[in-house]
Amino acid sequence: MAAPVEFLQASPYFAGMNTPELESIADLFYQKTIGKGEIITFEGDPGEALYFVISGAVKCFKNSREGKEQILQIVLPGGSFNDVAVFDRGPSPTSTETMSLVNCYVIARQDMQRIIKDYPRLAPNVINVLSGRIRHLLALVEDLSFRQVISRIARILLEYADGAGPKQKLTQQEMAALAGTAREVVGRSLKTLQEEGMIRMERNRLIIANKEGLAQMVDTVDRE
Amino acid sequence: MLEMPVVDLEKCTGCGTCVAACHCGAIIIVDGKATIIETKVCGWCGVCEAVCPQGALYCEYEIVIEG
Repeated sequence: MAAPVEFLQASPYFAGMNTPELESIADLFYQKTIGKGEIITFEGDPGEALYFVISGAVKCFKNSREGKEQILQIVLPGGSFNDVAVFDRGPSPTSTETMSLVNCYVIARQDMQRIIKDYPRLAPNVINVLSGRIRHLLALVEDLSFRQVISRIARILLEYADGAGPKQKLTQQEMAALAGTAREVVGRSLKTLQEEGMIRMERNRLIIANKEGLAQMVDTVDRE
Repeated sequence: MLEMPVVDLEKCTGCGTCVAACHCGAIIIVDGKATIIETKVCGWCGVCEAVCPQGALYCEYEIVIEG
């Protein structure tokens, strides 16, 4: 099924295109539904297609040789992934896996490149998307370099709290992969945050009791 | 319906590690796969997720801001 014009209109890639133009490219997209826990692309694969998430969540991650996972980004509805490999024609820098049932629109690399060639005024849009990606990764580098694990966990909780953006539930394993640490460390950090009155844990609900305090912890950057 | 940990049946090999680790008897093996029994005793300790060698068990948290 072709992508509806409204969906493309909302994508930062196609900002500024009018309806007839969007209608002319809509057929280049096809819809794909992928079950939870399925790998979509492997690190090192050629970037054959660009994916736009309609619903669900996809994690972009790298694995160490020992099997430790580092999540670099969680892509939520409206976001896209596999961009870098599609544009530089190199291997995919990360693997991607669904965190829930995912619906997405897919476009082949050649088709996406043809659109950019046919509509050169979209080039600034591409630059904007990729610049956003660089900013996100720089924030992650800052996190991993300067913040203690507990501050990283605090940032993750605030980022994924209901109301802060599209809702995405997280397991402790996923929090660990986002924070670049082990699951056990996440467990200990959550316990500490609970003891300090920052959060309350009621079974499967993690309640942020002191949002300001948690935000203050995020701002505490250890530059020593 | 009470929310319970979720098993990915495609990943689960039915090894039983989670059954042995679960403190509240909320997991049994049915037809070679881990199956969750709905019980209020489950306190979401996350041990089943931590011990699963296949990463087939998920104890997801809903993160909410109070107030």
